[in-house]
Amino acid sequence: MATTTVPRTQADLPPIRHSAWGITARRRLAAYGLITPGVAWLMLFFLIPVLIMAMTSLKSGGVLEGYRFTWAWSNFPTAWAGKGHYFVRSLMYAFLTAAGTMTLAYPATYWIAFYGGRWKSTLLFLLLLPYFVSFMIRTVMWKFILADIGPVLGPLKDWHMLPSGFRILATPFAVVGGLIYNYLPYSALPLYVALERIDPAMIEAAKDLFANRTQAFLRVVLPLSLPGLFAATLLTFVPATGDYVEAEVLGSQNTYMIGNLIQDEFLKRGRYPIASALSIVLMLGMVVLTSIYARFLGTEDEVVAAAVTA
Amino acid sequence: MRGISYGSRLGGHRKRWTRFILPGYTVLLLLFLIAPILMMILYGFNDIPGIAERQSAKFFGFTLDWYRRLFEDPLLTGAVRNSIFIAITAATLSTPLGTLLGLALGRYGFRGRGGVSFIIFMAIAVPEIVLGSSLLAMYVQVGAPLGLATILLAHIGFDTPFVAVTVRARVSGMDRSMEDAAKDLFASPLVAFLRVTLPIIAPGIMAGFMLSFVLSLDDFVITNFVSGNTTTFPLYVYATQKMGIPPTVNVFGTVLFLAGVSIALFGLFRGLLKGKSAAA
Repeated sequence: MATTTVPRTQADLPPIRHSAWGITARRRLAAYGLITPGVAWLMLFFLIPVLIMAMTSLKSGGVLEGYRFTWAWSNFPTAWAGKGHYFVRSLMYAFLTAAGTMTLAYPATYWIAFYGGRWKSTLLFLLLLPYFVSFMIRTVMWKFILADIGPVLGPLKDWHMLPSGFRILATPFAVVGGLIYNYLPYSALPLYVALERIDPAMIEAAKDLFANRTQAFLRVVLPLSLPGLFAATLLTFVPATGDYVEAEVLGSQNTYMIGNLIQDEFLKRGRYPIASALSIVLMLGMVVLTSIYARFLGTEDEVVAAAVTA
Repeated sequence: MRGISYGSRLGGHRKRWTRFILPGYTVLLLLFLIAPILMMILYGFNDIPGIAERQSAKFFGFTLDWYRRLFEDPLLTGAVRNSIFIAITAATLSTPLGTLLGLALGRYGFRGRGGVSFIIFMAIAVPEIVLGSSLLAMYVQVGAPLGLATILLAHIGFDTPFVAVTVRARVSGMDRSMEDAAKDLFASPLVAFLRVTLPIIAPGIMAGFMLSFVLSLDDFVITNFVSGNTTTFPLYVYATQKMGIPPTVNVFGTVLFLAGVSIALFGLFRGLLKGKSAAA
């Protein structure tokens, strides 16, 4: 395939402009010198832990007598037995979270990007304001807002607009609502970045070519904002799948997600091999899903770019 | 930045009432985002009757008591102190590690570059619970006593990739000819780096530091796995929320919120001034 690719970053350009061999070698050495400490740290506190967890998932034994490595593959079916619905529920909640945050964030970021004018930075700042409050406090505050006799449901029940037994807390609605709330900025930022990059002249051009408002949006704006939608999906779907705080604070046993299960197995029951097996399945599942998704819709570069600009 | 900074980028507004839909919607969405923050501030003034010092969803009236008694609970004060200490230390140590990675990835092509990028991407993309549980598995395996040290090591680990991508973005975007110019003017590579490269990428490094600080300060999932008996602020809130959080949690949250917003506004304001003086 003879295609010319536009270099995206400086680093994609041929790296060496000085031809002398000495400088080449020195540059290469410099690069390795620079990455060594960071890579060593990531090895020690990311790769090796994951490998040890993989090893732990193949141990057998008990809480009291300790665990020994025995290639206990049976941990995987044991961990899975009767727990499949936790995975299904997590994936479903995460899907609703990703779809919900994007649906909510798109119109607002669209308006800010195209019509925000001099209020742009102020509006963006307000969009990011939740980041300045601990997410645990925000979640607990939602528990207050949605409480059975709280500031929202309380009056509605007093006025007999709702039956007194009506509740939102401890339902999937509260959990997904909490997830959508907490991940909304993660979705809004990449969307904003993508929309802000679109040259308004493109839309003018579409209109000059007799596109109406809807056509201009569907055939120009929407396709051009796809990288933002792609990044927003990954930045919300993956972390939401592993999340368990909303499911516990705003939900009940019936809304428990895979994260709750892993936490309980690790920290409450001390069944490390089972917990590790669940965690490994979750990780592999996410890697496979994101790779398939990235293959069809974009590259990891775009996610990183969006994460950074955010 | 884009040229048009005032008004709409798409020319004239629509004349019909429909032009209020999007701005109205945006305001509603912002209210949705800000609602729990307002709740947090309001409930810091909650005048809870009797000896109960736990919040419920009910608001009784205003008092400044909780501001006066802010430092009364040693457990909470200790948790906040731990959180701030961990955030500052982890950000300070992960910034140089991540900066070097970002520099190498942004400037040099080298064998293994793709592999390093991939590890960094994975470290960011893997769900937190996987990171937390794998770190716990490792600590258990080597018999490390859980506490402040294990939390710090973990935090430096998850902060570093974020610093690396932030710095890399800045390095990739910079104009390399500036460095070449310095070298043409007989600057040694070290001097060229210190006097030209470093000032250019400094905002990226600063952003990486701030990001690390915020991530560490707010982290719950990973910390929960590797903390043992040590408590941080999010852990304290999590532990008390079942019985009801003490109102002093709201006050600490409010104080941290105001401090963060002030720092951000100060930074924005200074950036604005700088931008103006540069334009003038």
